[in-house]
Amino acid sequence: MTVMEQRGAYRPTPPPAWQPRTDPAPLLPDAVPYRVLGTEAAAQADPGLLRRLYAQLVSGRRYNAQATALTKQGRLAVYPSTTGQEACEVAAALVLQEQDWLFPSYRDTLAAVARGLDPVQALTLLRGDWHTGYDPREHRIAPLSTPLATQLPHAVGLAHAARLKGDDVVALAMVGDGGTSEGDFHEALNFAAVWQAPVVFLVQNNGFAISVPLAKQTAAPSLAHKAVGYGMPGRLVDGNDAVAVHEVLSEAVRHAREGGGPTLVEAITYRIEAHTNADDATRYRGDSEVEAWRAHDPIALLEHELTERGLIDEAGIQAARDAAEAMAAELRAHMNQDPVLDPMDLFADVYAEPTPQLREQRDQLAAELAAEREGTHS
Amino acid sequence: MTTVALKPATMAQALTRALRDAMTADPTVHVMGEDVGTLGGVFRVTDGLAKEFGEDRCTDTPLAEAGILGTAVGMAMYGLRPVVEMQFDAFAYPAFEQLISHVSRMRNRTRGAMPLPITVRVPYGGGIGGVEHHSDSSEAYYMATPGLHVVTPATVADAYGLLRASIASDDPVVFLEPKRLYWSKDTWNPDEPSPVEPIGRAVVRRPGSSATLITYGPSLPVCLEAAEAARTEGWDLEVVDLRSLVPFDDETVCASVRRTGRALVVHESGGYGGPGGEIAARVTERCFHHLEAPVLRVAGFDIPYPPPMLERHHLPGVDRILDAVGRLQWEAEN
Repeated sequence: MTVMEQRGAYRPTPPPAWQPRTDPAPLLPDAVPYRVLGTEAAAQADPGLLRRLYAQLVSGRRYNAQATALTKQGRLAVYPSTTGQEACEVAAALVLQEQDWLFPSYRDTLAAVARGLDPVQALTLLRGDWHTGYDPREHRIAPLSTPLATQLPHAVGLAHAARLKGDDVVALAMVGDGGTSEGDFHEALNFAAVWQAPVVFLVQNNGFAISVPLAKQTAAPSLAHKAVGYGMPGRLVDGNDAVAVHEVLSEAVRHAREGGGPTLVEAITYRIEAHTNADDATRYRGDSEVEAWRAHDPIALLEHELTERGLIDEAGIQAARDAAEAMAAELRAHMNQDPVLDPMDLFADVYAEPTPQLREQRDQLAAELAAEREGTHS
Repeated sequence: MTTVALKPATMAQALTRALRDAMTADPTVHVMGEDVGTLGGVFRVTDGLAKEFGEDRCTDTPLAEAGILGTAVGMAMYGLRPVVEMQFDAFAYPAFEQLISHVSRMRNRTRGAMPLPITVRVPYGGGIGGVEHHSDSSEAYYMATPGLHVVTPATVADAYGLLRASIASDDPVVFLEPKRLYWSKDTWNPDEPSPVEPIGRAVVRRPGSSATLITYGPSLPVCLEAAEAARTEGWDLEVVDLRSLVPFDDETVCASVRRTGRALVVHESGGYGGPGGEIAARVTERCFHHLEAPVLRVAGFDIPYPPPMLERHHLPGVDRILDAVGRLQWEAEN
């Protein structure tokens, strides 16, 4: 073959496979976060939904305060607060149906509680008496995931499996702004879009990954824009507007349920407290910024709307607060009891059947415990 | 009496048959990975499965190992039994976080409520002339992770029996396939497949009385060859095929070493921090008074896996094994 024969025919444009296949315009998020409260659209919001969201928000705020207090009292090992983010946590739970699945990160115990999980079970990880305090299949809540974004591909796989089986199941996966930098975030969104899995990704952009602000995390136009690269719609919403978050997530869940595939929702919110009780936020941000966000409080926004429309009065507000107090009192009472621990549980569920090696180690621990009880341990 | 004509089959064919039989027996078994569908896998182990069972059961995934294993976790959470193919040993590393932080410990962290019956197939080891990142012996990483079973076949029959057992296991299994044995042949009747082997039992491949060679996977044929060669030196070597690195069959291994009084561990993986150190320690702890010599190791060198033109100097071969056997303090008997 001559050199000329090896050379192909002249064609100035690449073949069709190289052309863009999807018009990105419909996938693009709005330029500004979607809002309902404080806009004309608020008048259309369903009063029942507003009251339900309000009760949950007030309860959620009290839950955050109680869990933080329990940490200071040594009853919890650590608590990552969602004070200020209650609208996202609550809406994420309320948009799901019974058969749907929630995939929370370690910060999202409130979402699990709002879905109906016993707060004591939700807080097991953070108390430290076990890792997951509930049966994920019973509640359709995946274990709280500490390694950031690693729960997102799980949500995709579960939703994909349900769809293959023909089941009506949507998975909603939660992640923070920092988590969007992880490789698993990218891989999960890519798989979800390729498989058209019924998944909704909720990014709570609370401004900080521990101390690192979003400006050091990404150069994307917004986190919601990342959706476009995967071929799924991105939505941007005011994360402190419970009605707006509820609406956007509901639409995304419906879209997924109807076979439309995944959606990425970025909710702009703010972490009012430090990362956890072990963090000192004064080292990386000023009070004025925090105060500005306190003035855009999710409970105050909703309470204003309810009051303006005459949907709640002082007695109604007090009733919500009383219910939250009762929840907190019960949580306190449970958490002030020492958990019953059995060290032999350490070996119970490593494998379906303990290996010979683990049986030996289990016997060793049993002997150590026996010696400890008899006070003969040297 | 009719005799069944046994035709030679390769290990790859036995693995394919195991996948096919598992998928036929259990509709929750799903095969997924890079190129496993239309192509049938780069080693053709999944050949024909997509055609027979459909692309929903044998799925070409995006090229992302963490995503493959991560989505497999979600599928297992929903009741499926995923069999994941990692294309090469060194390509499995991106999936480590999923494997270590979720797959290995999901049963434990949920108090048994949500076990993950996932099989992760990993072609491993050298000897096929692969370029960089295609020949790693990564078993020590997996062995060091509680909650995983680590299984590796060395024969055609075991490839079938152990893969069936791994897929049937309710625990996650890292199933290490010795690449250079994919094309090894043995008489094996696919119409009467070998039994499903229990995970965790070693087997004596060659009885002997002078010393025990403890090995697995790609090093088994090398050890058997060395044992044959050793006869001219007057040594009658026993060869134990571990088959399962986790759980470890102390019983079979120690029974052999107590009989022979000498032991040598042979593997491709590097020696420092490699499986041989753990095995030598276990044998020494349990058989000390039966040992005539320290337990020795013949392993790959502690170097990044060499380029293909140099790999023969790295891999444990017959001569290196026989040299080590010679160092098992035979003179002490006199």
